[in-house]
Amino acid sequence: MSLTTTLILIPLLPLLAAIVAGLLHKQVGRAGAHWVTILGVGASCVLSLWVLYQQMYEGLGTQDITIYNWMISDGIRFQVGFLVDHLTSLMMVVVTSVSLMVHIYTIGYMAEDPGYQRFFSYIALFTFSMLMLVMANNFMQLFFGWEAVGLVSYLLIGFWFKRESAIFANLKAFLVNRVGDFGFLLGIAAVVYAFGSLDYADVFGRAGELEGKTFSIIPGLDWQLATVICICLFIGAMGKSAQAPLHVWLPDSMEGPTPISALIHAATMVTAGIFMVARMSPLFELSDMALTFVMLIGVFTALAMGLIGIVQNDIKRVIAYSTLSQLGYMTVALGVSAYSAAIFHLMTHAFFKALLFLGAGSVIIALHHQQDMRYMGGLRKHMPITWLTAWLGTLALVGFPFFSGFFSKDAIIEAVALSNRTGSEIAYWGVVLGVLVTSFYSFRLLYLAFHGSPRYTVDAGAGHHPPDGVLQHEPHESPAVVTVPLILLAIPSVIIGYFTIEPVLFGGWLSDAIHVAPQNDVVAELGTHFHGPMAMGTHALVTVPFWLMVAGFVIATLVYRFRPALADYAAMKLPVLHRLLENKYYFDEFYQSAFVRRSIQLGNGLWKKADAGFIDGWLVNGSARLMGNLAARIREWQSGYLYHYAFAMILGLIGMLTIWVIRS
Amino acid sequence: MNGSLLDSVNIGNWMLIAPELWVLTMTCVILFVDLYIKEERRGIIHLLGMITLIFAAIITLRGGYLEEGATQAFAFNDTFVRDRMGDVLKAFSYLVLAGVYTYAKFYMRQFSLFRSDFYTLSLEALLGIMLLISANNLVMVYLGLELLALASYALVAFDRGSQRASEAAMKYFVLGSMASGILLYGMSMIYGATGSLDLAEISTAAAAAGSGDIILLFGMVFLVVGIAFKLGVVPFHMWIPDVYHGAPAAVTLFIAAVPKMAAFAMAYRLLQSGLGGLHVDWMQMLAVLAVLSIMAGNLAAIAQTNIKRMLAYSTISHMGFVLLGMLPGTATGFGAAMYYVIVYSLMSAAAFGMVILLSHHGVEAEKLDDFKGLNRRNPWYAAIMAMVMFSMAGVPIFVGFFAKWLVIKAALDAGLMWLALLAVIFSVVGAFYYLRVVKLMYFDEPLAESSIEAPVDFRAAISINGILMIGLGIFSSALISVCMSSFT
Repeated sequence: MSLTTTLILIPLLPLLAAIVAGLLHKQVGRAGAHWVTILGVGASCVLSLWVLYQQMYEGLGTQDITIYNWMISDGIRFQVGFLVDHLTSLMMVVVTSVSLMVHIYTIGYMAEDPGYQRFFSYIALFTFSMLMLVMANNFMQLFFGWEAVGLVSYLLIGFWFKRESAIFANLKAFLVNRVGDFGFLLGIAAVVYAFGSLDYADVFGRAGELEGKTFSIIPGLDWQLATVICICLFIGAMGKSAQAPLHVWLPDSMEGPTPISALIHAATMVTAGIFMVARMSPLFELSDMALTFVMLIGVFTALAMGLIGIVQNDIKRVIAYSTLSQLGYMTVALGVSAYSAAIFHLMTHAFFKALLFLGAGSVIIALHHQQDMRYMGGLRKHMPITWLTAWLGTLALVGFPFFSGFFSKDAIIEAVALSNRTGSEIAYWGVVLGVLVTSFYSFRLLYLAFHGSPRYTVDAGAGHHPPDGVLQHEPHESPAVVTVPLILLAIPSVIIGYFTIEPVLFGGWLSDAIHVAPQNDVVAELGTHFHGPMAMGTHALVTVPFWLMVAGFVIATLVYRFRPALADYAAMKLPVLHRLLENKYYFDEFYQSAFVRRSIQLGNGLWKKADAGFIDGWLVNGSARLMGNLAARIREWQSGYLYHYAFAMILGLIGMLTIWVIRS
Repeated sequence: MNGSLLDSVNIGNWMLIAPELWVLTMTCVILFVDLYIKEERRGIIHLLGMITLIFAAIITLRGGYLEEGATQAFAFNDTFVRDRMGDVLKAFSYLVLAGVYTYAKFYMRQFSLFRSDFYTLSLEALLGIMLLISANNLVMVYLGLELLALASYALVAFDRGSQRASEAAMKYFVLGSMASGILLYGMSMIYGATGSLDLAEISTAAAAAGSGDIILLFGMVFLVVGIAFKLGVVPFHMWIPDVYHGAPAAVTLFIAAVPKMAAFAMAYRLLQSGLGGLHVDWMQMLAVLAVLSIMAGNLAAIAQTNIKRMLAYSTISHMGFVLLGMLPGTATGFGAAMYYVIVYSLMSAAAFGMVILLSHHGVEAEKLDDFKGLNRRNPWYAAIMAMVMFSMAGVPIFVGFFAKWLVIKAALDAGLMWLALLAVIFSVVGAFYYLRVVKLMYFDEPLAESSIEAPVDFRAAISINGILMIGLGIFSSALISVCMSSFT
């Protein structure tokens, strides 16, 4: 099998599986749907691993292959093609492996859902879209993948489309992403304006031409072209990767089934923005201003969203805010030009966050779709595997030495410390304090869910829809299709950082994809202090982030293990802060009143006056009436009489003769 | 010309016309075989027809007849030409005709019309089409045209019991004869002005004479009228609605889908190869005809309740678009027009195929209302028809969009901004009646609940035909580059 065939098969197999599971769902049945998608994604995962292996050990170079030229218009090529360098193959493996775990997990999680086949079709379609996004070698395909993953995300947020709240979340995700995508599209348009090409190779090769170029949106106000392009592209990333202030859709997206939260809203799709910026590093390196903007947005998201996580009671929402905060970390890393650190954290985060989400899902199944942590507690006895893997995931998340998250997060913090970008001091303190916050809410979650005494009661006669805190049966460990993926995800969550930090960050593994200007290269500087992962782990014991992490653990233990009253006491003593966090800094309220309500008013006005009155009444119906009359008239010419027809031909001939022969 | 008897028996000549010879032979074979087989074994005739087309395609596409560096090969004292454009058009003629046979067999079985005449007549028409495509001499053009026309008249009257069909055939015959007469008159003028029947020699003489030569110009107007009749553009379109409506659906399918490709080739050979020197003049004529066709075709289609008539007017407007592509007289323009005409053939084959599919027990599904609620009766057929309609309307991603886009782009490149604008506006008007069919299929209650039955080859053909509408749209560049490279 040639390399090109392999690369085509990698996205194509999930697509075919999605088509079979979706369109032929009656024929293949439930088992057929999950087998076909698991086999499709599994094969795609194996092939991705093979490509990665080839690149790691067999010296396979960067592949830039055009599969199909769709069209050429005014010199701009629209094509389907794959750019497979180390960045891409890494992403391919992350996407397909997490997706495979989620596919298996779904068998257990969605077992009783009537939309079983539809769900498998969607997640396989998602895998295809995400692969198209990461494998693209041009902006058009990137945009296709970008929108396609968005589409599947909306479909899955609204998967339970009979729930009012799911539909609201779905619409919200769609609208917020439109804002981001608008920026993204403008960014792509600006790239086309500047380079006249959609090809990565072409654009990045000529990126230097941007230097010093300005253009004016408003006459008299000149902008650096590079800055405009990068900020526009980054606005797209803000929408997709849920960076403040476009983050509001992600917590609501938890309305979707939990496997989706793990796959799309934690491990892969939301990291598309991070990936995109890393991919565009040759452009971003040209604009300090854009990078500063990226860094500041990132640090705000990392810290502020983590704080909200402290006051959430819904187990999935805590993890969702944690995701926001971790995405913020990645964005900060991008902002200080530590692209490889961002990608490294993206990879480790994909594993441990998927693990945490799936663990939360396991808890949710056990408690019959109870997601409120106030009605949990003491689950450790009942579900030991879930408990253990959740602990491992949490230790990775908080950055406990030698766990995967430790290496990636510490690398980001160190990179920020070394950066001399304007404002990097603020960013440094933001990400350091973020460690404390992360540690606190993470251990809070563990204690509330797994430790202490149960805050639910078991009542066999409670009926099918018991009130909150009442269960029909004692909770028990989830089936193997759920626990096996947990275990399989726990392994990389623990060890992958240790084994990959050296090649990914300091070994130049990503240097064929990521371009860093020498004066910005903090990762290289970091490399001079790096003496192997073992040394890094032991050295952590004398660093600030480690002790902040421990502090978070101690406070959480104190409050949620021994003195539960302390939490309420703190909330009472700090009413303003508590209310601010409870209401998520009032972002939603602000958007509702500033944009949503106004737009609805504007829409209503336009609909009644402009649309119904002018456009429908006058333009549409008016022109339709005109055309209808004309049509009836013309129809009459067709009288059915042969001599009329012959006469028309003769007239035509005479007319043409008159015009062209007699005249000349 | 060095025409000697010896030259014409040269084996090379016969090699070049091998596809035509094969089709002619097989027509005779079918005629002969039919005498000896029983009524119920008519399927053999169908099989023979398909075999004819398959081998014709193999012979045509085998190639290898060109000499090093040449793009054309001539035979029989330059009266016959083989080139890439001709081969591609012929190949698509076989393909579409194979589809026509598959659809028509089902139709004829249902209407008790399954006779070998359909196959022999349509193969004769195909022979005419092939000669017309490859004609390089006025006499050859006329020969091909008449062969095609005579077979077509007979085909229209094929259902001898039907009064409507006989009337249509009569009209077609009279008007067609008139058009032939006009064309022939034009040819005699051209001959008078240039002293030759050979298109290459006419081209040299016309370029030298220019627009100043009244007789040449006079002859050209007559030629354009002849071409316009064959394409069916306004005001020489009058036969189209009546013939489409009157003929049995299987014949309409054939007349709508296949001969247009020959008409395009004829226009290219006569106007570009022959009278390329008078481009400025014929461009204006074609522009007027294109405008009238696009306008009248799209408008009149709106008022139709009969789908065969609606598709007839839709054909008229499509042919206006084909003319639009030919206007600039450039390679890309002709490439676009050729692409359009091929796409049109595929689309109309699918559309009439659907009409045949919905016909049952001797009643043609020719009313728009017959499409009501099709989605309820069979979602896949409704999806096919919807794709065909979207494609005809020129909705992006469907192949019809790329066809419209290319010809409009060709018109724009020639600086004909107003024409391009008009074409776009009337495409929007046209979208109305195409989308009306979609609306009927998806939003209205079905008139009949009966399930739709068809043999497996029919189902396969219509499915492939429907998928081509979107498949050729997504993978559009292959066919486009085939068409574009035919004119370089």
